[in-house]
Amino acid sequence: MNIKIGLAGNPNVGKTTLFNQLTGLHQHVGNWPGKTVEKAEGHLNFENARIEVIDLPGNYALSAHSIEEIVSRVFIVDESSDVIVNVVDATNLERNLYLTTQMMELGANLVLAVNMNKFAKKRDYNIDFKELSTLLGIPVVEIEAIDDTGKDELLRAVKDATNKPIDSSKKLVYGAELESHLKELEKVIKRDISLLDVPVSWTAIKLLEHDKIIEEKVKESKYFLDIFNEVKKVEEHFKDIFNESSEEVIANYRYAFIEGLLNESLKKPEVEEPTISEKLDKIITNRILGLPIFLVIMWLIFQITFTVGAPFQDLIDQGFTLLGDTILAILGETTLSSFIVDGIIGGVGGVIVFLPQIVLMFLMISILEDSGYLARAAFVMDKVMHKLVGLHGKSFIPMILGFGCGVPGMMATRTMEHERDRILTMLTIPFMSCTARLPVYTLFIAAFFTAYQGEVMFSLYFLGVIVAIVVAAILKKSLFKGITSPFVMELPSYKLPSLKGVLIHTWEKAYGFVKKAGTIILAAAIIVWMLSSFPVGVEYGSQDSAIGQIGTVISPVFAPLGFGDWQPSVALLFGVVAKEVVVGTFSSIFGVGEDGAGLETAIHGLFTPLTAYAFMTFVLLYVPCFAALGTVKQETNSWKWPLVMVAVTTATAYIVSFIVYHGGMLLGFG
Amino acid sequence: MDENKKYDSIITLDQLDSDQEATIVSFNNKGDVELKRHLLGMGFVKGARIKLEKVAPLGDPIKFRLKGYSVSLRKTEAKNIQVGL
Repeated sequence: MNIKIGLAGNPNVGKTTLFNQLTGLHQHVGNWPGKTVEKAEGHLNFENARIEVIDLPGNYALSAHSIEEIVSRVFIVDESSDVIVNVVDATNLERNLYLTTQMMELGANLVLAVNMNKFAKKRDYNIDFKELSTLLGIPVVEIEAIDDTGKDELLRAVKDATNKPIDSSKKLVYGAELESHLKELEKVIKRDISLLDVPVSWTAIKLLEHDKIIEEKVKESKYFLDIFNEVKKVEEHFKDIFNESSEEVIANYRYAFIEGLLNESLKKPEVEEPTISEKLDKIITNRILGLPIFLVIMWLIFQITFTVGAPFQDLIDQGFTLLGDTILAILGETTLSSFIVDGIIGGVGGVIVFLPQIVLMFLMISILEDSGYLARAAFVMDKVMHKLVGLHGKSFIPMILGFGCGVPGMMATRTMEHERDRILTMLTIPFMSCTARLPVYTLFIAAFFTAYQGEVMFSLYFLGVIVAIVVAAILKKSLFKGITSPFVMELPSYKLPSLKGVLIHTWEKAYGFVKKAGTIILAAAIIVWMLSSFPVGVEYGSQDSAIGQIGTVISPVFAPLGFGDWQPSVALLFGVVAKEVVVGTFSSIFGVGEDGAGLETAIHGLFTPLTAYAFMTFVLLYVPCFAALGTVKQETNSWKWPLVMVAVTTATAYIVSFIVYHGGMLLGFG
Repeated sequence: MDENKKYDSIITLDQLDSDQEATIVSFNNKGDVELKRHLLGMGFVKGARIKLEKVAPLGDPIKFRLKGYSVSLRKTEAKNIQVGL
């Protein structure tokens, strides 16, 4: 027996935790067809059934408000799912059930999974699950997504619901006033059979809510004039008796239904004790401590990433050295051994070495995300983002993610409702120093700044942030003039992140990185090796080789920035593919892939500390990788924005590096 | 409608003091429709009790508590919502 279920619910209710609990590593992440919203799918076996699970985006409602809401809605309406599991937070049933009522309007075959009961009990909430189930007319299961509590019961309920589907709209009753007007409107809609592919009452409600998508659909109908006249009539009627718009009237009735339901099934204490979250927030978002705490957390992340990562890094490095030596010992000095050792091991190995730091960085970002702090960071930073650069506090989260990797950062801009905000945020993300730049910094810092490793590293990250702010402010005053969008954001309760969730998340990202190393970076490494070895007979990676000649031609461009040699030019050229390739190119050119120390010595001949810093600045700010450009293309559905990004980043990198180099000279650092 | 008489005074949401609680009375129609629909979904309906929990370190946005959870709004958005004391 095959069952297909969708997990639906508000953001922050533990939906993804449940998804991980159910499917474990049997999951993969892709995109919704034709949409840029992430789609996580997985499966599990339960008794004799194979259950396919799809994690729907987290939504507060099913209007046409955002792409996420549309995706969820289309899934419920169109897809051949058997059951929709609606995950709700027991501590916040009232607001959570608002989405439930909207799925009931659609008559979805629902199972309600009530999560976080432990927290609800701590607050002395008493939920009568049986009563709740009777009143809603759908199965209600008590679960705890972070462990296995209620998992079997939930799966059994899913199986039963598959065998005996329920029309959940049956028990949904709105007040007589609304119902009677809906009926009238339904009568008019029913005249057109082509509009009856979805419940007619739902179409009526959506029309009263001025849902753009449904309005477009109804406009195709030959009765559209009658329908819209009726909508207008109902609207005016509501205006007269309630003095409210029809959207508000419908929302009020939904909440009234929920209130009636909860009066019977939920007992709360009269006076509620402040939760641990509220107490914690008094300190964490404190007027005086809020910003320092934020800065300390950011600083800790970098310290941990680099100090804990270093020994593992050395270990991997030694492994590759040993591998290279062994291959040389077996094959001797031939073209083949040069290809393997200089090309492949030098290029790819030089990048894999940074896996520990990348894993640690993603590990900490997922801990921050899952614990609920990222939302606080947005809360604390909104004023800065808003007043200073006209961005949104929500842009802050994608930008922070950009420290890990710009690609998930750009994808995270989807939480923002306004297209222009999203694009502006995407354009600034490349300035947030991602982990792919780390190999470059690590190499140059080890070579030139051993005494100030942490400080130099921090200064680069800081510079990136400052540049992002300045560029965003300029763009806001030119290309993106006059847009401000609201800051309505839930601040979820603090939670101890689940180990499983954090590990799965980190694993996914680490795997993505290794895959990138195995494909794009390998291909780049091979091309670099070939260009370094040809024409036949030249010394490997010398100025006479193809690569040397390319570098020599473009190097004058970089001379004003202090690094006008051909090698850095070539490295930057190939670095457009992926920033790690900058280091890979250096090691290939110098043929020192099997020996990290040799590389440091080699670059000492090309750079001074000042030009090294200018070079790192350029790497920090110039064109992000192919993957990032591809993401922008995908997210904005046009080539315009990736091209704008290339132009903006290149110009910025050139200007800032120029200032760093010449400013440094003036200050006597030359 | 005489329901405004139920309250001692009507102020806008951003005028609440820390830890002060009030009841949502109405939305100012100047606010944009998209935002209104979103706020409705997040529980900002007439009659809902709402408490100002915390002002961000830099004075904006403001964190409110309603319907058992916390949500933040900017002052400019809070200005469009009237509450009764």
